[in-house]
Amino acid sequence: MTEARRLRVMIVDDEAPARSRMRDLLAECEPALALTVAGEAPSGRAALDLLSREPADVVLLDVRMPEMDGLELAQHLMRLEHPPAIVFATAYDDYAIRAFEVNAVDYLLKPIRLERLKEALTRAGSLPPRPEVLRGLSRAPRTHLSVQERGRIHLVPIGDVIYLKAELKYVSVRTAEREYLIEESLTRLEQEYGERFVRVHRNCLVARAAVRGFERSEVDGEAGWEVVLNGVDERIAVSRRQQHVVREFTRG
Amino acid sequence: MARSINQNAYSGGLPNFQNLGILLRIIIIVNVFAFAVAVSKSHDATTLWQQTIRISASVEPLLMLSLLLLAITSDWLRRLPYAVGALTVLLLQLALTTALYSAGQPLLGSDPAPLERYWVLVALTTGALLVYFDLRGRALSPSLTEARLQALQARIRPHFLFNSINAVLSLIRQEPRRAEAVLEDMAGLFRMLMADNRELAPLAREVELCRQYLSLEQLRLGERLKVEWRIERMPGDALVPPLVLQPLLENAVYHGIEPRLEPGLVRIEIYPAGEQVHAILRNPYRDNASHSGNRMALANIRERLQLHFDAEAGLTTRAADGVYEVHIVMPYLKAKDGGRKR
Repeated sequence: MTEARRLRVMIVDDEAPARSRMRDLLAECEPALALTVAGEAPSGRAALDLLSREPADVVLLDVRMPEMDGLELAQHLMRLEHPPAIVFATAYDDYAIRAFEVNAVDYLLKPIRLERLKEALTRAGSLPPRPEVLRGLSRAPRTHLSVQERGRIHLVPIGDVIYLKAELKYVSVRTAEREYLIEESLTRLEQEYGERFVRVHRNCLVARAAVRGFERSEVDGEAGWEVVLNGVDERIAVSRRQQHVVREFTRG
Repeated sequence: MARSINQNAYSGGLPNFQNLGILLRIIIIVNVFAFAVAVSKSHDATTLWQQTIRISASVEPLLMLSLLLLAITSDWLRRLPYAVGALTVLLLQLALTTALYSAGQPLLGSDPAPLERYWVLVALTTGALLVYFDLRGRALSPSLTEARLQALQARIRPHFLFNSINAVLSLIRQEPRRAEAVLEDMAGLFRMLMADNRELAPLAREVELCRQYLSLEQLRLGERLKVEWRIERMPGDALVPPLVLQPLLENAVYHGIEPRLEPGLVRIEIYPAGEQVHAILRNPYRDNASHSGNRMALANIRERLQLHFDAEAGLTTRAADGVYEVHIVMPYLKAKDGGRKR
């Protein structure tokens, strides 16, 4: 490591005492490792906000946090232009620890030992977790979709999504307010969220909760169905192959 | 585990014939029986000796064969309903007696007693032994309850332990005095958790423990955890199973407060009503979380309430309008009434 380049470390933990403990430990790493604390955040959302202003090389990430756990946040961080190295920290989480071991993802056990922290920071970045590994670590579907816009990550709560539509190499995410573009595959989103969405067309998943009803329509002289949605005026055509969805809904 | 927890009363059953202690008991009892018969048939020491040998010669082979047969069929017999099992044992004995009687005809000498007499003797001995083992099982069942109580002693989440230690570590440099107070709370809490908690204890002590626990959580969670105590009318002298409330608070924090970004309120209300004590715990609640840990703690507390108070106590839960509520009703036993009641 060159003299000019100091390792920028960010702390993400929902518990204030845990953050302060981590700060103390980082201060003790100082003489041996050139590092600066780039900031600390009490939640995943705050961390993403902070990272858009203060880039970091390493993020020390608590696994169990409200709203969005560390495993999900890590997946969003991977979408940043320069994704930071991630070191997970957990007090006790059998499941996560086993998963970390299996996938050789770096993690720290709380209470954290100074030596282990130094080791992890020295190694940080040499073994970046692959996105599919991070996806595999998560026990539940992500609570948010992350959209990269002008160098920062924007979070869209999955509950706000009305439909997802595949468009060339993007998927457009429609909420009541606006539309976002994400670089993901519709098929994988369908797998991840399962019952939350229903496929009405080869290129479109509609949130079940947003379906208000169905109406007859005529396109190019062919009779079919359209989905009427809550929250947006648009209608979405139900493809011929997905007609069974209409029956499923109208039967209740 | 859930299965064993649900068998509360002594359900009876045949003894385990593969158990050495059981086999030894059978051998001793049968031989005492045989000796008694020998005594009744003899006039002096010499005839007693001859009688004993004569009776042993016919009893021991039957006894050994029966024990072998019972040990082999033990698992199968014990799966049968008790009455059917006992009847099967009896029939097995009679069948063995018949078989040995006909096989041993030449050995029985010139003037064998009729088979019917052996049947009656064997049936009486077998019946007496079965009654003995049944009574013994019943007598031992309270210690079974005791063992179960011990197994049910509440366990604290490791998650809480390690996070608390981490929180204390963070305090040591900046606020040593506060760190001391926190460690004292932790010591109190763990002393209670590791104690023998099978006897009922005053409610006031349980509440004290809950306060210590919540102050530890407060340290970690800060503003996010709000606590409201409504215990002005609480009868502090009421006897309750130790750790009847603390695990519920732990659940309330784990499932109700920790998954939230915004502050949440845990409310504890305890009041007497006639001959009963009510405790109501409320915490915010979100549907999407998994609650297997919660169910386990609830089953544990329900079980302990039942072991201590039988049908006089109850625990109900309710989730509505984003609030989760646990309601416990216990009989109001005063400390001076002494001891526990089953």
